[in-house]
Amino acid sequence: MLIKLTGGKVYDPANGIDGKQQDIYIQDGRIVNKPGLDVQIDQEYNLKGKVVMSGAIDMHTHIGGGKGNIARTLLPEDHRADPVARTAITRSGCGHAMPSTFVTGYRYAEMGYTAGFEPAVLPVNARQAHMEMGDIPILDKGGYVMLGSDDYLLRLLTAKKDQKAVNDYVAWTLNAAKAIGVKVVNAGGINAFKFNQRKLDLDEKNAHYEVTPRQILQTLATAVKELGIPHPLHVHGCNLGVPGNVETTLDTIQGIGGLPMHLTHIQFHSYGTEGDFKFSSGAARIAEAVNKHKNITIDVGQVLFGQTVTASGDNMRQHANHKLANPNKWVCMDIECDAGCGVVPFKYRDQNFVNALQWAIGLETFLLVDDPWRIFLTTDHPNGAPFTSYPHLIRLLMDKSFRNEMLATLHPEAQKMTTLASINREYTLNEIAIMTRAGAAKLIGLEDRGGLGAGNWGDITVYTENADRQLMFEKPDYVFKNGELVVKDGKVVKVTWGTTHIVKPDWDTAIEKDLQKYFDRYLTMKLGNFKISDDEITEDGRGSLTAHPLRNGV
Amino acid sequence: MTEITDVPSPFCGIGTDDLVIAVEGVSLTVTKNGCAVNTPAFEQAITDIAPRIAGKEVSLDVAVTKAAALLKDTRQPVFGGCATDVNGMRALLALADKSGAVVDNMNFTGARRNFLALQDSGWMNTTLAEVKNRCDLLLIVGVDLERFAPRFFERYLWCEAAMFLADTGQREVIYLGKAPSGKASTSPKGRKAQVFACADADLPEVLAVLRALVKGHPVRAEAVGGIAVSDLQMIAGKLQAAQYSVVTWAAAALAFSQAELSVQMLCEIVKDINNQNTRCSGLPLGGKDGDQTANQVCGWTTGFPARTRFSGGFPEYDPFLYDTRQMLDRGEADALVWVQAFNADSTPPKTTLPTIVLGRSGMVFEREPDVFIPVGTPGVDHAGHAYRMDNVVAIRLKKLRDSGLPSTAQVLAAIEQAL
Ligand SMILES: [Zn+2]
Repeated sequence: MLIKLTGGKVYDPANGIDGKQQDIYIQDGRIVNKPGLDVQIDQEYNLKGKVVMSGAIDMHTHIGGGKGNIARTLLPEDHRADPVARTAITRSGCGHAMPSTFVTGYRYAEMGYTAGFEPAVLPVNARQAHMEMGDIPILDKGGYVMLGSDDYLLRLLTAKKDQKAVNDYVAWTLNAAKAIGVKVVNAGGINAFKFNQRKLDLDEKNAHYEVTPRQILQTLATAVKELGIPHPLHVHGCNLGVPGNVETTLDTIQGIGGLPMHLTHIQFHSYGTEGDFKFSSGAARIAEAVNKHKNITIDVGQVLFGQTVTASGDNMRQHANHKLANPNKWVCMDIECDAGCGVVPFKYRDQNFVNALQWAIGLETFLLVDDPWRIFLTTDHPNGAPFTSYPHLIRLLMDKSFRNEMLATLHPEAQKMTTLASINREYTLNEIAIMTRAGAAKLIGLEDRGGLGAGNWGDITVYTENADRQLMFEKPDYVFKNGELVVKDGKVVKVTWGTTHIVKPDWDTAIEKDLQKYFDRYLTMKLGNFKISDDEITEDGRGSLTAHPLRNGV
Repeated sequence: MTEITDVPSPFCGIGTDDLVIAVEGVSLTVTKNGCAVNTPAFEQAITDIAPRIAGKEVSLDVAVTKAAALLKDTRQPVFGGCATDVNGMRALLALADKSGAVVDNMNFTGARRNFLALQDSGWMNTTLAEVKNRCDLLLIVGVDLERFAPRFFERYLWCEAAMFLADTGQREVIYLGKAPSGKASTSPKGRKAQVFACADADLPEVLAVLRALVKGHPVRAEAVGGIAVSDLQMIAGKLQAAQYSVVTWAAAALAFSQAELSVQMLCEIVKDINNQNTRCSGLPLGGKDGDQTANQVCGWTTGFPARTRFSGGFPEYDPFLYDTRQMLDRGEADALVWVQAFNADSTPPKTTLPTIVLGRSGMVFEREPDVFIPVGTPGVDHAGHAYRMDNVVAIRLKKLRDSGLPSTAQVLAAIEQAL
């Protein structure tokens, strides 16, 4: 099957193409070079006047795993307001803040997304994360496995085991949980909460292990680098949501000493303590630090107004925030000497000073960071807002007058505390394509996604140019997944099943001997039953695994 | 004969995965780490292999075609039982979606007590490995825990070692409400649990007083439900003094009216303790007959727990209206599909409606269903996944023998195909 996409205006930053009219050919799922004149084209799409990008990739979205399912169960009223009926080709379900898995796949695809990555896979809950993601149609998916509050790692650090032991453990866990990256959430803090510590600064010791978050971050960032895992250590920092945490974040950037590190939903970690309400924007300082430190990447975790639910591994901070729950119900869990989770519904309100300023801080961050290859478009779905609000967010970034009109309606004191009105930058289509495609693929280590050059998979989105960028990005004309047309005029026309992206670093088998003893003595599962086997992903006949190459490790 | 080790159980709910099972043809013998719940469940012999239509043996294809024909013209069939593994539930929900059915897990009326509390105010819970390594005080409310899960104490309290306790035998166990039926809660060194028994009907009042005491409110009464307030004060004091106390209950055991309010009271006590600068966690007991599995899979597929209907074309959840028994009694269903892959004794409710049963081999019926298809048991006849009571850990179930019995998922997918 040879498909030709003719005459579209192509934005393919992976190949340095910025809005050039050119044809794209897809054969058997992959993009190919222009074939010889004698080769028959099976299907042609006339894309004259259309905008063509590769399929978008959400590099941080909570789409699979236990805390998401707790969030779903907690909020039946939210689902009742957004029922999704079954069609001849699609399943029924529900939407809004934490949609059902099938609806998650359809709605992402209908916005032109072809991949999403779950950033908080607890090793012990990885099976569930994969099973949920296994029921998300169309999208490719993958997960970052959470370490840093697990007792095994902290025991290694307390025992002053060498870096190699940590590397082996990290590699073993990546394999056992079938993940593509490593995430740290409030390093050591989830563990400290189990010892009744209610806060943990970067240099504060865990009461039992006497290990600090800084040590954990350094050790894990080193492990990720030495193992050659393409995705840098993915860090949800200390002190989420605490006024003044901008200092912690700057210290975290400084302290990692040049190791690759991704700071996620940085908006929630960019707060100062100035002004009458002792809450101010630290975005300018964060952006300056990010611009200076080329080893750092970030995603924003933009807040948008309305009802949502926050679901996080950070039960220490979620417990502290439970008084803000709206509606007033919430869940915290300690989990299996592995991690924890906290689920707190939130309603972000534009007339609330803090919420309004959070909105502005996120946008300031987007607009003040120079390099679109190192910043990524997220709402930390569903924590800042549901992923379905991305087209609105894109318009805020691309349309200064729209942005300023909205700003003018917010809590007046918040308006005084942001420089947003004076920032003239408007994102270009090429920059949007970098943030949501080429940059994301590069960051995760997907060598054949996120670009439109020959050899890439045919994940392609076609939009109609529209000055209203929200309308444009809400409803693509076509979306192709692995070369198959899955969305037409913003509606799913075919349901396919994506792959699960993983890495498979090697480990020294000695670590498994020690782990076996630890499992038998302290945990509640046999080590052999803990490891996820390949057939668990593939036995339903839909799932598949795609292992990506490592960078040159040590 | 072969011997399979590290066998996980889908039957007990507490995720035991250390069983050793000898396999001789299709007969199984638990040779190590069995218990009163697991051993008979694994060892039950296969009696039926062939599907039946109105009592007559037929091929699987014929039975599937007949089942599809029965479902074809229904307007609101009820899928009850829902006792199967993750893939079985996936297939069940796909078929329910297509046929506009009501999906209702058989344990939902019990589990509803937890869901109502969760969906009204939430909770702070923990999981089994945290209990094993941290719990220094276990408060057991309204349930005979060792009857529920015979190996709970051996595996999670009186284990040889815990990471954060010098001596696991020093843990304290307190029963409130039901008294234990045996001695499993006595520590290996002979330390006995304290027991404060009361009638189920008095539990709401007892828990209300306990919460008042935890919050420091004055209580004038001297006793409640036959329990001295001074004893409840002692329990409150121990919860406040413990490093990591755990409060456990089984929703199914709280069989009295509006027990969801008692669950909520317990959950709020746990939250109160955490706001008094010490840690405390809840531990709801469940995980039998695939109940957590049904609710998890239905949760991610529809957004709602497993008492949800699809007859409107989209999922609608109602914890009261879509009760199988009541729908049958009220004449709101026009067919019954009963899925029970774990327990042959758990037969469908009485009805004169067309009935399709996917059941564990060996089911004996009072009234032969229109279609009976014996299915394999997950974790015995085929591999699969089941959720443990703490709802976080999905265990990978093993295939132990070649019985030729199809899985729930295979049969339901075939019926969906045939529709
Ligand atoms: Zn996140």
